[in-house]
Amino acid sequence: MSFLPFARKAGAVTLAALLLGTAPAALMAATPADTLVIAAAIDDIVSLDPAEAYEFSGLDVVNNTYDSLVEMDPISLQLMPGLAESWTVADDGVTYSFKMKSGLTFSSGNPVRAEDAAYSLIRAVKLNKTPAFILNQFGWTAETVDKMISAKDDTLTLVVSKPFAPTFLYNCLTSGVANIVDEVTVAAHDVGGDMGNEWLKNNSAGTGAYTLKSFKPNEGIILEMRPGYWRGDAKMKNVFIQHIPEAATERLQLEKGDVDIARALTPTDIAGLADNKDVTIAQDVGGQVYYLAFNQKNPNYTNAKFLDAMRWAVDYQGMADTIMKGAVIPHQSFLPQGYLGALDDLPYHLDIEKAKALVAESGIKDPKVTLSVRNAADRMDVAQSIQNTFGQAGITVELKVGEGAEQLKDYRARLHDATLQTWGPDYPDPNTNSSTFAENPDNSDEAKNTGYLAWRNAYDPGALTAQSQAAVMERDPDKRKALYEEIEKTHQETAPFILMFQQARNTGLRSNVKDFYTGGAVDLGASYWLATK
Amino acid sequence: MAAISDTTAHDPAAVRFAKQTANTLFSLLITFLGLLAVTFVIARVVPIDPVMAILGERASAQQIADLTQKLGLNDPIWQQFLIYVNSVFHGDLGVSIRTRDPVLGEIARYFPATLELSTLGILIGIVIGVPAGVLGATKPGSLRDQAVRLIGLMGYSMPVFWLGLMGLLLFYGHLGWVGGPGRLDSTYDMMYDFKVPAVTHMILIDTALAGEWDMFRNAISHIILPASILGYLSMAYISRMTRSFMMNELGQEYITTARVKGMPERRVVWVHAMRNVAVPLITVIALSYANLLEGAVLTETIFAWPGLGRYITDALLVADMPAVLGGTIVVGAVYIGINMFSDFLYRLADPRAR
Repeated sequence: MSFLPFARKAGAVTLAALLLGTAPAALMAATPADTLVIAAAIDDIVSLDPAEAYEFSGLDVVNNTYDSLVEMDPISLQLMPGLAESWTVADDGVTYSFKMKSGLTFSSGNPVRAEDAAYSLIRAVKLNKTPAFILNQFGWTAETVDKMISAKDDTLTLVVSKPFAPTFLYNCLTSGVANIVDEVTVAAHDVGGDMGNEWLKNNSAGTGAYTLKSFKPNEGIILEMRPGYWRGDAKMKNVFIQHIPEAATERLQLEKGDVDIARALTPTDIAGLADNKDVTIAQDVGGQVYYLAFNQKNPNYTNAKFLDAMRWAVDYQGMADTIMKGAVIPHQSFLPQGYLGALDDLPYHLDIEKAKALVAESGIKDPKVTLSVRNAADRMDVAQSIQNTFGQAGITVELKVGEGAEQLKDYRARLHDATLQTWGPDYPDPNTNSSTFAENPDNSDEAKNTGYLAWRNAYDPGALTAQSQAAVMERDPDKRKALYEEIEKTHQETAPFILMFQQARNTGLRSNVKDFYTGGAVDLGASYWLATK
Repeated sequence: MAAISDTTAHDPAAVRFAKQTANTLFSLLITFLGLLAVTFVIARVVPIDPVMAILGERASAQQIADLTQKLGLNDPIWQQFLIYVNSVFHGDLGVSIRTRDPVLGEIARYFPATLELSTLGILIGIVIGVPAGVLGATKPGSLRDQAVRLIGLMGYSMPVFWLGLMGLLLFYGHLGWVGGPGRLDSTYDMMYDFKVPAVTHMILIDTALAGEWDMFRNAISHIILPASILGYLSMAYISRMTRSFMMNELGQEYITTARVKGMPERRVVWVHAMRNVAVPLITVIALSYANLLEGAVLTETIFAWPGLGRYITDALLVADMPAVLGGTIVVGAVYIGINMFSDFLYRLADPRAR
C-alpha cells in the first residue's frame, strides 16, 4: 500500500474542483434583475397561514400575499379601504356593514366575495391559533361567531358584542389574522377538518401582490409576483428571502451586492456601512418598547417621590446613543410612536441632583433595587448603565441575571423586585398596550391576571382602569385620542413603570433599491410590492 | 465424524467474531442509553420551563395547566424517562417548538448539509495533513518542519469564528474567488427546488445527478471556503499527530534494517513506516471527523450553511429544547457510530487487534 499516489490524485482532484468552482463565482452577476433578494432572520416563522402567523417574519410574508377588508397605508399609516369599498356602523353601535369591492379576484382566479370574507374571519376564530384572541375581543368565539358574522350579496355584516369604538374594530381588522383567504381553494385542501391550515403553511390563497412559491423553514421563502394585482402589478417579479441570521455575514453580502436588502444588521454594522456609497440605510421604528417595572409588593415602589427619583436617574439619550447605538430611540410613554394617541414628548432626562433630592424627600434610607435582567448583551449593558446612574443618585442596584423564560415565570408570579423588560403591541390599536399597562381589574394574588402587566407588578391603577376601558368604547376618534393621551400622562407620572425606549429598525439597502417599507410600529409587516431596483 | 462437525460448529474464529459483535452491540446500547440519560437530565435541569417556552408571555393559567398535563410533566421522573427512551427508540424525537414539525424530519433535512461539508473538510484535512506531517517527521528541526508545526499551531489556536470571517472577507469580499455564504448564489438557490430532485439532500451529489453542472460549479464555489476552513482545523491536528507517530516509527529498528538493506528512503517512509503509522492515525482521523460533524456550529453560522450545527444553535437561542436535544442525540449517535467504525478499521489494519 502506498499513500503517495492516492494523496497526489486526491490533491489534484481538490485543486481542479477549486479552480472549476471559483471561475464562475468570480463572473457571477449580482442579484437577478427581476428579483428582490432579502437577507433576514426568518427562524421565527411558525406558519404562513394568516390565521396562525403571528411572528414578525411570517407577518411580513402574509402582508404581501393577502389583503384585509381595511388596510393601513404603508406610508401615511392611515386607514384605507382594502377589499372592502366602504363600511358603515349602525346606530346600535354593534352592527357593521362592509360593502365589498367588485371585480377583484384571488390568485386562483376565483372572484372575491363577501362569503370569502365571512369564511376567513370565522375560520380564524374557529382555528383558534395564537392571534385568534384579536378577534375574540369582539365577542367572536367558536360558539358564537357563526351567528355574528354573515354575508349577503356584496355585503359582509359583522355584529360585535359591545358598542366598541369603531376605530378599535377597524384597526384590528388590519392585523394579519383578519386577512381574507379564498374559501373555494382553502376548503378544497381541508384535511381532517383543519380548514386548510396545514396546506396554507406552505401555500397561499389570497389577493396579495405576490403568491407563495416556496417556503423552507430556516432556509428561505420565494414569492412570485401575481399579475393583475388590484393595486397594480408589483415591480419585482420575485422576492427571495434568505435566512441569514449572522449580521456580519449579511453585511458582507450586502456590500458585495449578493443581496439587495439586509434586515438583521446590528448597530455596529450600520455604523460600518456609513461610508459605503453603494448602500443606504433606511430608518424606521418598530413597535417594541423597553421598560423598567417595579413590583409594588415592595412598599418602596408605592412611594411617589422614590418612583419619581428613579425616573430622573435614567440616562435615556445616553444609552440610546452609545450602548444601543441607534437600535432604539428614547420613548417615555407606553404607546409606541405611530399609534393613535401616542405621546412622543420626552419629559424626563438624566438629572442626578434632582434624583438625589427626590430620594431624600422620599424618606427611604439607602434604597436598594434588585433588578432582574435576562442574559443578553444589550440588556446587560442597559442594566449596568442603570446600576451606574442609580448608584450616583444614591440607589443601590443589584443585578439578578438569568435566562429569559425563567425570569418571565418569576415576573408572571409577581416574584421579582424590579425587572427590565420589553413589550411588543399585539395589534394595531392603542388598546393593545393601554389594557395591559394601565388596567388591572383585580389586584389580588388569586386573580392571576398574568395578562396584565399592571397586575404582574401588583399595581392598582385606580381610575386608569375605568378610563382605559372607556377609551376602547369611545366612538369619536378625536375624543378617543385625547383619552389615551390623558391615560398615558397619568401613567407616566404615577405608575411603577419607567418607559425608556422604542425599538428602531435599521435596514441596509443597495442604493438602487427604492420604496421598500418595513411597516413602522403600527403596520406589523413589510411591503414588498412597491419596491423597485 | 461427529467430532469433526463439532469442531466446525465451534470454529474459534467464528465464535470470537460473534462474541466481539455481541460485545460491541451491547456496549453500543449502553453508551446510547447513557447518552439518552444525559440529554434527559439536561432537559430537566436547564432553567427553561418547556411550557413557558411553548406558550410564551401571553399564556393563561388554564393553558399552562393543560399543556403541563399534555407534556406529561406531572408524571414521576422515572416514568418520564421511560416514555422518553421509548419514543426515541421509535424514532420520535419530539416536535420542534419553533416550527411545530417533528424534529427527526427536520434533522433529516439538515444533517446531509453538515455531512457533505464535514466530509469535504476531512478529505482536505487528510490530503494535506498526512503528507505535511510526514514531511516534518522526516527532517525534524528543519525549516520545513518548523513551517508545518507553525501552520499547525495556527490552526490549533485560531478561533474558527475569526478564521471564517477573515476567510470570507478576503476570498469572497476582496478577491471574489469564491461564492459567499449559503450553499448557492441566490439565482441558483431560487431555482434549486424546482430543478434538482432531492435524492441525498447533498447539494454536490444531487446537482450532479440532475446534470445541473452550472449549479454544481456554483455549489463548489460556495462549499470550498467553509470546507477548507474545516479542513485546515483538522489538518492542524492530523499533521501534528502524523508527525509524532512517524518520528516514533522512524526510530524503530526495522526502519534502520530497511535502510541498511538499501531500500529507497521514499519507500522506507511511505510504505514501511506508513503502514504502522496508519493504525493509530485512523483513530485520529475518525475523531477529527466526528469533531467536524458536531463542531461545525460556528462555521455553519458564519457561512449561513443550513446544517445540523446551525439548526442546534438557532434552536438553542430560542430555547427550543426538543430540537436541541434531538440534535444532540443525533450528534452523539454519529459520534458513537464513527468510533465503532474506527475500531473496526483498526482491527482490519492491525492484525494484533483482531
